[in-house]
Amino acid sequence: MSFLINNITRQIVRNHRQLLIQCSQFATDGKIIEEMTKKNKVVVFMKGNPEAPKCGFSNAVVQIFRMHGVDFEAHDVLADEELRQGIKDFSSWPTIPQVFINGEFVGGCDILLQMHKDGQLIDTLWKNAGIKSALAEDETEGSKDDEKSK
Amino acid sequence: MNILRIQIARLSSKMSEPIKTKINECLSRELSPIKLEVVNESYMHGVPKNSETHFKVLVVSEKFTGLSLIQRHRIVNNYLKEELKTEFPHALSIVAKNPTEYDGEYKLEPSPNCRGGFGK
Repeated sequence: MSFLINNITRQIVRNHRQLLIQCSQFATDGKIIEEMTKKNKVVVFMKGNPEAPKCGFSNAVVQIFRMHGVDFEAHDVLADEELRQGIKDFSSWPTIPQVFINGEFVGGCDILLQMHKDGQLIDTLWKNAGIKSALAEDETEGSKDDEKSK
Repeated sequence: MNILRIQIARLSSKMSEPIKTKINECLSRELSPIKLEVVNESYMHGVPKNSETHFKVLVVSEKFTGLSLIQRHRIVNNYLKEELKTEFPHALSIVAKNPTEYDGEYKLEPSPNCRGGFGK
């Protein structure tokens, strides 16, 4: 009897999965999110859009990339509840914003800010995505570029 | 006198800020930090008075030595997720350093201004 129930349950799960795969707009699906993260060299999941961020942390990320003169693709998680949860599950990271460089999860606002401050962001953009930061030339002048960017 | 003041402050925060207290206790226990600061920044956001939705933490621990920033953040997040479960805050900003990276003068900077997206 329990064997029968197990079989039926398995069948239901299988059908359900198939249904999820068929619904390509279903953002919680890890594969779809993975594709989104790889669609552009720099992808940001944020609240609001770059022109009107709706969270200070998201705004900070936008401003940092602007300083570096980096174009990025932004996704507004407030416009899509499935995506908001989906991206958190995908990267096992509980907060928004989330930054991906060359398809690799880099972190949220705190980490990006830290990378910006210690110059790591310039390196990561160049080594991982072949993007030259607008602040890269200032590198030779050492820590002065931090002052300038303010 | 100062000690008394600190003790009173601790006691009253335990009653009025249960989540902040849990964050403090959890990270003290798990990471044996040489410096731990938990700031409730909820007042900066469009939430009712005395809310505990937005936090910022500074943790300085030997356990972060040799770990990347992502790994450090994941450790803090995971301990707090385990501890707080459904009470995990809406926003958690983390500064995680190891003792050699920590300069005693370092002060946590307030988080960037809210832009009204909370709860939407």
